[in-house]
Amino acid sequence: MIAELGHYALVLALGLALVQGSMPIIGARGNDTALMTMASATALAQFIFVSAAFAALGACYVTSDFSVLNVYENSNSAMPLLYRLTSIWGNHEGSMMLWILILAVFGALVAAFGNNLPLRLKTNALAVQAWIAAAFELFILLTSNPFLRIADAPFEGRDLNPILQDPGLAFHPPFLYLGYVGFSIAFSFAIAALLEGRIDAAWARWVRPWVLGAWMCLTLGIAGGSFWAYYELGWGGFWFWDPVENASLMPWLAGTALLHSAVVMEKRGALKVWTILLAIVAFSLSLIGTFLVRSGVLTSVHAFATDPRRGIFILAILIVFIGGALALYAWRAPLLKQGGLFAPISREGALVFNNLLLTSACATVFVGTLYPLALEAITGEKISVGPPFFNATFAPLFIPLLLAMPFGPLLGWKRGDLLAAGQRLAVAAILAAIAVAAAFALQRGGPVLAPFGLGVAIFVMVGALVDIAERTLVLRIPLAAALLRAVGLPRSAWGAALAHFGMGVTLFGIVAVTAWGSERIAVLKPSETIELAHYRLTFDGILKRAGANYQDSVGHFSVRRSGGDLIGALEPSRRMFPSREMATTEAALMTRGMSQLYLSIGDATAQGAVPVRLYFKPQVLMIWLGALIMFVGGALSLSDRRLRVGAPRPAKASAVLQAAK
Amino acid sequence: MKLASGARQSNTFGLGVLLALVFSVLAVFPLHAVESNEMLADPGLEARARNLSRELRCLVCQNQSIDDSEAPLAHDLRVIVRERLKAGDTDAQVVDFLVARYGEFVLLKPRLSWHTLALWGAPPATVLLGIALLIIVNRRRRSALAPEAVNLTSAEEARLAELLRDQP
Repeated sequence: MIAELGHYALVLALGLALVQGSMPIIGARGNDTALMTMASATALAQFIFVSAAFAALGACYVTSDFSVLNVYENSNSAMPLLYRLTSIWGNHEGSMMLWILILAVFGALVAAFGNNLPLRLKTNALAVQAWIAAAFELFILLTSNPFLRIADAPFEGRDLNPILQDPGLAFHPPFLYLGYVGFSIAFSFAIAALLEGRIDAAWARWVRPWVLGAWMCLTLGIAGGSFWAYYELGWGGFWFWDPVENASLMPWLAGTALLHSAVVMEKRGALKVWTILLAIVAFSLSLIGTFLVRSGVLTSVHAFATDPRRGIFILAILIVFIGGALALYAWRAPLLKQGGLFAPISREGALVFNNLLLTSACATVFVGTLYPLALEAITGEKISVGPPFFNATFAPLFIPLLLAMPFGPLLGWKRGDLLAAGQRLAVAAILAAIAVAAAFALQRGGPVLAPFGLGVAIFVMVGALVDIAERTLVLRIPLAAALLRAVGLPRSAWGAALAHFGMGVTLFGIVAVTAWGSERIAVLKPSETIELAHYRLTFDGILKRAGANYQDSVGHFSVRRSGGDLIGALEPSRRMFPSREMATTEAALMTRGMSQLYLSIGDATAQGAVPVRLYFKPQVLMIWLGALIMFVGGALSLSDRRLRVGAPRPAKASAVLQAAK
Repeated sequence: MKLASGARQSNTFGLGVLLALVFSVLAVFPLHAVESNEMLADPGLEARARNLSRELRCLVCQNQSIDDSEAPLAHDLRVIVRERLKAGDTDAQVVDFLVARYGEFVLLKPRLSWHTLALWGAPPATVLLGIALLIIVNRRRRSALAPEAVNLTSAEEARLAELLRDQP
């Protein structure tokens, strides 16, 4: 019964979306306030019904109702509650439900808290949101219905893919989706502005918090996915340039560009046309990411051809929304008025440089990801585009971007002084040079470029500190006065500096672990030892352990410093899931500062020997710590009062004041 | 990728998704990537083998190098790479040998040729296109904002010449 209620709620949500997508627009055309206000009401109702549908699906999972096909295929009554809940989005149908739930949440937030928006803009934006919602609800109902029943209900479900039974999967997809779908707000506002044919700096001020929020979630989502891959997949890689990862990186790159161009638009009224385009592109890339992952086109062009129903449907959504948005853009964008001029060397100029490189990096990832598909479809020729390609093309675009990053905030609006900015950054440059020299002196046989990478990371980090030091005048005026200035500094300034700092931290981790990570591969019998970095591991033996729905073969290893004293134990395991006859590798990690010892084992031989892979990952945690710092920076910026309150309404307020006088 | 009987297409969105699908397949193999018995005694040669392995695709896997993959084919390829290196091949010769056998699909970094021109050309082309667009837009806007500033009428020029002559 609950599944049917959920199904019905979803159908009603589709009906509401159709109303929300049509009536308010008609109202906006004819200036009918009553029709226009329908947008908010239907958006809230939409949220209620989509939540109800999602909750119904959740209830089926919690109670292990295996008469529902989706639950039978992806859950198991022996699974802990957490994984029964996360398996809601651990499959195609459920993940699409999560997609529309988040879309509905964002719509409701705009409806509830968008009181400072002009009614027409809000109405049109909510209508565009409703089109997206309707498209995806139709997609779910027609091709991916999670509420389908099985006539003869089985007694037990087939279990969630073991590799997904991990706490990381509880939080990674929702955050990724918050990011993906969050960009839909910027998209809807862009389309609404194009429909109106009018756009001003206030538009950027309204959109920026949404973009920032989406960007924060996407940052955390990508970092979470990377961390999950690192500890779950058994060999300690953190980024594979896999098409699926690229699908999430592309919206992040476009979103980062959008975040920066929106600043220029808000502060200086420039880059309007470009910002609108980026808003469309960022969400389009989210849609393309959905298509790439959901249609099966990545596994092979043939997988797509064998069951093309879903793929074709998403492709149609893609064509309608992206094609439609770009056509509207081509038609209306020339009507938009351009803003102020600026010199090439200026804050605006730096942000344009940022946008140029970020969009180029985004285009590189896009072409690299889709090129093999396109080439095979056109000529039938098969090529591979893998990590070596992306490393070779991405780095030359990102290094100049990172080098320019500390300069941006130190340049003035309209016309900046590069020399003065350079002088202020002298400290950062000197520290970076010292780091490069030290790395060269210390490294034995690492890549030649690695010390320079480290230097860039130091330059970025110290550069962010210099930005704050310049604003607070710390070290130049008495400390108390500087502290007072620090408190008075807008939170968005702190947020930007912190996010830039975080980027440096992440880069530091990536360079260190890529260049100076080491590994040992061996087969160990009990009581044998291996050494790596300055650690010595002894294999003590294997023991069996039973989990909720799996069997663990745990290897016990004592870890000693090369000097001799015991510092702990590592217990990697092979985890067997009988319900799927699958085993996963559970690596064991030991954290030493920011570095980690990483140990994974294979299946033991009959003689009791185990194949082991031991890695030393120097500074690896900095990769994700940096992302976390970026997230906190974003949050700080988001809490800035100016962003939260939104633009004041000078026109009306001053008119009233004048009338009162 | 039908190697695992138990691995069904139950993937979540995002990073986990295809990775999960791919790696769930791999998880069935009791082996690790690069096994100790494969490794060469000569550390210099082994290091070269590892570097080469990272650039070569495991042909039956999704976007994995033979260095990372646990599939039996990747094992075979790793052994071939090491055999060729032991026989005294240069890195280029090893790669050529594998390309001759398996086609360009085996290279994770495609070679520059006519059919990968657009791929390799895309990054510099985007940057150059962006710069060109910036220059064009900037020039157009400047001339739109100051259209009359360039050409003086003949009367103005005469007046200017007069003024300049008056200067000491």
